[in-house]
Formats: sequence, C-alpha cells, structure tokens
Amino acid sequence: MTDKPYTFGLNTFGDLAFHDDGSAMNGDQTLQQVLQEAQLADQLGIDIFALGEHHRPEFAISSPEVVLGAMAALTKNIKLGTAVTVLSSDDPVRVFERFSTLHGLSNGREQIMIGRGSFTESFPLYGYDLEKYNDLFEEKIAMWDQLLQHKKMNWKGKLTQKLTDTMVYPMLPKNETIETVVGVGGSPESIIRAVYYDYAVMIAIIGGEPVRFKPYVDLYHRAVREFNKTERPLGMHAHGIILDDAEEAKEVGWKYIRAEMDRIGIDRGWAPMTRDRFEFEIDKGSYYVGTPEQVAQKLAKNMQALDMQRFDLVYGTGGQLEHQRLATIENYGKRVIPRVKELLGGK
Amino acid sequence: MDKQTIGIIGAGKLGTTLARLGTQRGFTINIGSRHSVQDLKWVIDTMAPGAVTMSTPDVIKHSDIIILAIPLSHYRDLDPAALAGKIVLDATNYWKEVDGTVNTISSMKESSSEVIQAYLQDSLVAKAFNHMGYHDIEIEVDRHPEVRRAMAYATDHDEIRPVVEAVLTQFGFDPLDLGPLRFGLYLEPGSPLFGEAIPRAEFVDKINRIYSTPFGAKILSERGQQVV
Repeated sequence: MTDKPYTFGLNTFGDLAFHDDGSAMNGDQTLQQVLQEAQLADQLGIDIFALGEHHRPEFAISSPEVVLGAMAALTKNIKLGTAVTVLSSDDPVRVFERFSTLHGLSNGREQIMIGRGSFTESFPLYGYDLEKYNDLFEEKIAMWDQLLQHKKMNWKGKLTQKLTDTMVYPMLPKNETIETVVGVGGSPESIIRAVYYDYAVMIAIIGGEPVRFKPYVDLYHRAVREFNKTERPLGMHAHGIILDDAEEAKEVGWKYIRAEMDRIGIDRGWAPMTRDRFEFEIDKGSYYVGTPEQVAQKLAKNMQALDMQRFDLVYGTGGQLEHQRLATIENYGKRVIPRVKELLGGK
Repeated sequence: MDKQTIGIIGAGKLGTTLARLGTQRGFTINIGSRHSVQDLKWVIDTMAPGAVTMSTPDVIKHSDIIILAIPLSHYRDLDPAALAGKIVLDATNYWKEVDGTVNTISSMKESSSEVIQAYLQDSLVAKAFNHMGYHDIEIEVDRHPEVRRAMAYATDHDEIRPVVEAVLTQFGFDPLDLGPLRFGLYLEPGSPLFGEAIPRAEFVDKINRIYSTPFGAKILSERGQQVV
C-alpha cells in the first residue's frame, strides 16, 4: 500500500431526477438540482464532483463545463471535474479553452477526465466517423498532451486541424496546468495508452466482482515500470445508493439503477438485468447499495484489494427522488468516507 | 479427451479474457495480435499469466484450435492458407464502434461466421464465444459453478462438434449445438439471444420463441425458410 492520501468523489451524468411527490423533473430542474447537490458535497468536504457528458433523453448534461462553471461560483473547496470528456468527438483546442476558463473561474479546482466514451451518440452528432473511434482518440490525446505543455502549438493532424505557432487562450498562470486523468473501461490498450502519456487512471468498475479487475490494476503498475513513468493514484467509479434502511436502498436501486441499465442495454446488446444478478451486484459485485456501514465495509475491502487511492460514487442513477439523492450524498460524505478512511487506516 | 492447445488471435478485451480463463482451466494458450511479440508479451504476462505470446503465424502453427478474437472487419488480414485444416472458433461480431457505422461485411443473408467460413474455405469454422459479453464470460462462469451457462455454437462440420463441445465444456460452459453455421445468425448483435449468459433450458426457450420477435421476423423476411 502507498501512503498517498485517498480521494473520494461523486459523479453524475445528470440523469433526469424526480421530485419527492414522484413527478419528473425536466432538464432545467435537474440541472438546478445538481447545482444544489454540488454545494452540499462541497459543504460535506467531498473531494471532487465530476460530471459525465451525454447526448441522450435520459440525461440533462451534454455540456459539463458550463455546469461546472456555475458550480465554481457556488462552491469553495471541491474539485470540479468531468467523467468523462469524450475527447474523440471534441476539438482538443476548444476543450483546452473551456478548461483553462474553468481554471480561472474555480481558482484551479478543475480536473478533466478524458476517455473514448462508452456512449457513441456524440460521434454522428458532431460529424465524426464512428469507425475512426480509436484513431480519433489516439490523435487527440497526443494533441491534448501537447496543448498541456502550454507553448505555441505546432501541430499537423490527420483528423484534426493544422496549427502553426499558435497560442491557445486564456493562458494558464505560469507553472500551472489542467489536471488530467484518463477514464477507461475494459480495454487493456486504454490503460497502456494512459500510462504512456503519464496520466492518472480511473477504471469504471460497474459490474461483477471488483477483484476481477486485478489484472487491469496489475497492468497499470506494469506499464508504469515498462515505460518508466510515475505511479499515479489509481481509482474506480461505481454506482451506489446509501440509505439508512438497506431494504429501501435495494428497492430504490431495483427501480432506478436496473431501469437505466436496461435502457442503455438496448443499445449495447446487454441482456436485461435479472433480480438474481442485481442481488449479486449488491452482495458481492459492483453496486454500493445499502446502509452507510455496509457500503463502507464493501468499499474499504475493494479499495484495499485493488490498491485504489480514489473512489467516485455515481449517485442518482436512473433519476431517483430528490430526498433519496440527497440522503446518498449526506451519508456518503458524513458516514461512509470517514469510515472507509478509518478502515483503510490511511489519511 | 486431452486438452487441446488453443491459439487466440487478438489480445483486446475478449482475447485477454479468454486467455486468462483458458490458462486457469489448464489449457495451453498461445496468443498473438497485430502488436509485436515484444510489445505484447508483458501485457499478456500480466493479464493472463501462463499464456504464451507469439506472432500470429506462430500461434496458428503451434495451436490445434484457433479462436478469432479480432474485430470482424480485420478478417481479411488472416491467412487462409496458414489456417487450412484448422478448427477455427469465430468469436467475432459486427460492432459499429470498430467495424464502421454501415455493415458492409455481413447481413441477415450471410451471417458474419458464414463470411469467415467462405473466406477461410479450407478451415473448419464454428461460431462460438459470440453471444456472451467478455465481462460475463468470467462473471457468469465464476458465480454459478453449479449451474453452467449455455454457450451456443454453430458449424457446418459435424466432425468437429465433439472437439468444440469439449473445449466449451472445459472452459466452464454448457455447450449448446445450434446446428449448421447459418443458425449462428441467432447469436449476432440485435438478436434476443445476444448478451445472454443463462442456463441451457432458458436459452433453448428463447430460441424457441425467436420467430415471434422482431429479430426473428427480420430473419424470415431476409432469408425465408432457410434458417428455420
């Protein structure tokens, strides 16, 4: 184990939420809800609040940096991030501009998590060929890496623009940079590429026993040695609901998490989730659904098994009622995080 | 039957998963990809300890049974002469993220494994390891040791059925024979069977109901009674 401090975050995709009376919030109302939740997370001392980017009817956040900009004005300490920015279907120059702007608005609390994206709606939407899914990412991560050096850009891309002695603005203060993390799924190549560029890695562990990802963790460490790079904090994100009543948490999960997985599964070719699999995910798998103590025990065990320094809880999956969302955040900040730190014996 | 030497072509999500599962179950696994042996070896040594990294031609030469775990659209990179006479388990699927938004390779009239068999005309092709997600291949095998999950396969070569069944069984599955290769259509993306990691009885039940689903209707309209 390392003596690095642990980082605990919250993630949301901006799933359209529900009022406590069961009526659906629209996109505007959901965005206001998420702003409130970020403020609560900040007050609770949670380390990072990170937003996904989606272009589907279930989600209100397609432009995470705009939302993060509003959060920058409403919060004091919490880091403001993405999870993930689909770099492949974006323009790295514009991404840099948005994040260097956020750097200024948030006093350097921004963090970008780049990835290939597991959803593909953004490709046709922005006029990119899905068949270049991997080539686009390869080229754009290289471009991003050069942008971060924050010098005049000289760039000749195949799938990106040509730049000659071009500076990108607003400039970051001297010696400051945009903290960059790479979000990966189950592709060994993604981990290798992230290490090659010397970025921290977050793994989406959203199904099965987390310890199943040990080979990927080993691959990360091996790649660090292989390329002679720096060991950076390794993290994971997963879905969860934390309520005082374990049965209630489970039923909220069955109603909302399962519904969302099944909806997305239609496009991904996943079979509908069975109750048996859902229970397995809670008992032994990747769902952090239960009481604060249950979630803390499970989280500490899995973070230890995989030597993880960061965990982000995806909350509000499938929408959920306002009070359920807030209870999860409160329980996470007040009870789960301190308890996990205690169990891990770390800082 | 003695365990055969398995050669895996492709070292992505599925290739590394099958290599890990195979070595854990006592198979000799050879694996190669488009990367050099030097670039791939440390990855395989970490992800699937015990599997042997080789060049793709060496994998073919030194293995009894070949598993294709490459993007479908790369099938023309395979050498039909080198693969002649070999049993080839085709795990590829048309997947738009890697193979392109428009499928120019396979169709309801010619399923992807039929395309592969036509290209590898002197190989003994079976479609297998298709319908289960790479993650479920491990999760569902491990968590139900007492009730094996059905792994369906299809082939035009009756003589290889015992070997295919032995391999699927030794990997931890319950092999389910769909018959000739054209029935592999049942396992392709879009089918209600795609993504399923369920026991035999449930799987058979879903097959029996396939022609009352929109996917089944599409098979009938494109292919008439051929596949029924």
